[in-house]
Amino acid sequence: MATVTTPAPETQQVTGTRPSSGKPSRRTGSPGWRIFRYAVLLASLLLVLIPVYVLFVTSFKGIGDASPSRTWFFPQTWTGQNWADAWEALSPALMRTFAMVIPAAVLSSLLGSMNGFVLSRWRFPHANLVFTLILFGMFIPYQAVMIPLVQLMIDINVPNGIPSLILLHVVYGIPICTLIFRNYYETVPMELIESARVDGAGMLRTYFSVVLPISIPSFVVVLLWQFTSAWNDFLFAVFFSTANNGPVTMALNNLANGAMLSNYGVSMAGALIASLPTLLVYILLGRYFVGGLMAGSVKG
Amino acid sequence: MTRVRSWLPGLLLISPSLLLLGVFVYGFIGLSFRESLTDKHTAAQATGRDPVGFVGFSNYTELLASPAFQHSLRNLVIFTVVFLLGTLVIGFCWAWVLERPIKGEGIFRSVYLFPMAVSFVASGVVWKWLLNSNVGEQASGLNRLFQMTGLGFLQNEWWTNPRYGILAIALPAIWQLSGYVMALFLAGFRGIPDELREAARVDGASEMQLYRHVVFPQLSPVALSALIIIGHMSLKSFDLIMSIANQSAYSTKVPAIDMYNFATVYDYANSAAVGVILLVIVALAVVPYLWYDARARKRG
Repeated sequence: MATVTTPAPETQQVTGTRPSSGKPSRRTGSPGWRIFRYAVLLASLLLVLIPVYVLFVTSFKGIGDASPSRTWFFPQTWTGQNWADAWEALSPALMRTFAMVIPAAVLSSLLGSMNGFVLSRWRFPHANLVFTLILFGMFIPYQAVMIPLVQLMIDINVPNGIPSLILLHVVYGIPICTLIFRNYYETVPMELIESARVDGAGMLRTYFSVVLPISIPSFVVVLLWQFTSAWNDFLFAVFFSTANNGPVTMALNNLANGAMLSNYGVSMAGALIASLPTLLVYILLGRYFVGGLMAGSVKG
Repeated sequence: MTRVRSWLPGLLLISPSLLLLGVFVYGFIGLSFRESLTDKHTAAQATGRDPVGFVGFSNYTELLASPAFQHSLRNLVIFTVVFLLGTLVIGFCWAWVLERPIKGEGIFRSVYLFPMAVSFVASGVVWKWLLNSNVGEQASGLNRLFQMTGLGFLQNEWWTNPRYGILAIALPAIWQLSGYVMALFLAGFRGIPDELREAARVDGASEMQLYRHVVFPQLSPVALSALIIIGHMSLKSFDLIMSIANQSAYSTKVPAIDMYNFATVYDYANSAAVGVILLVIVALAVVPYLWYDARARKRG
């Protein structure tokens, strides 16, 4: 079964390592088929990398170098000026984004972990219905709650910018975090929790001393996932912040479509800078990152 | 009583989350709906200086009758169909080609998947440039590449075309999410037990028959999840359009952009109405799926 609500445990290992590779039962196919496979894979690789090539070379071009006739070539002289300019424009927003993403990811993960535990191992009547109602929160278009949100934020006086965004990312992150943790806890043997209960541990005791310590792998997945999706969010950012008090997506959009509209080199260096943290996460912790994606890449 | 004591603590533990989601998801959907039934079209009404009246469903009927909004809906349909087809076909082919062991698999997989780690705003920076509509001497981006490689007939006006401009936005969307669909399908392929294939081979099935009658049918749950995930992302598309074409471009307008545009001029009633329309569209796709999923869970 690989519906949205079930794939996390199995897929994590499936995409990370190949459990069945090397088994003799797998046929590798005829040579012709293999050449065809390589041709498809390599052609796709080049196509996928085209935008990356463009970002990279343009970010090192001086203004005069960026003429239409030279767009696909290397810079005539490589310059770091665009990177310096983009860094100057984006660094305050980068710091703000870290200040937003870290608490948002931690809080929503903790809530998700408690919910997941309860919904899989400490169930109450109609827990399944409640779970489905929580899941629906993952799919709703945030446009459908935006107007009352805008008014609420004014009414309760949460400062625009990072504080409101933390609140929103925590709240709307709960469904996906709950889903991932629930799927994980479903794989934890019931006996482990039962024995703690028999020993007289209450729910909180059980949660903190038995469940939490074995949740580390899931926490890694969920934290990375929340980090990435909050980092990349633009919809909430555009409603609840400005380029001057918002996260890096806002600052980048302002850089690319505002002041620097005609200077592609700076915007492209900016795009690379704004993507570095999530790319690093992806490169260093790709396995877990994929786990998060599989469990439901459904915020956006 | 003892039964209540056994589940009550669990319910208490998740009650903060339930409360938050109850308010921020279901409560606010209700508030949005109420807002959409009013005549709150001006800043004075939004700030409470002018009275607000109840107008029933007239905002909806007027929106749905207006050619501008019909254009948005039409764009949404075109975009969703192409985005879905593109990611599903490409993602499936990549997974199929990668399914059996091949050298360099890890590299291909990682590269195909990496665009997913980047925000739409950042990728929008480079795609805006790649999809530059200039032709001839001024051609840059893909138009320039076509010119240089003798594919000049492919040059076109991309997202600025009023009828099919939205198709140009589907290109980066497909670029960004095909790898994700690949990961889903790859997990699906590898979740199929080897015994099943062996059994079919023993029964004398050819490789083609094996795929047609054994492997592909097993992948339908994966295809369904991919359809739902990509489909609901597509219906909510906002970031990419904002960063490539920005909100004022008529050619690439979709409901999510309308919602934002109404909100920026304090036309909260219409803004909320568009949000509710989007919610209904998404719910039509997602609710049957969640229902099906909940039933599958019940059956275990």
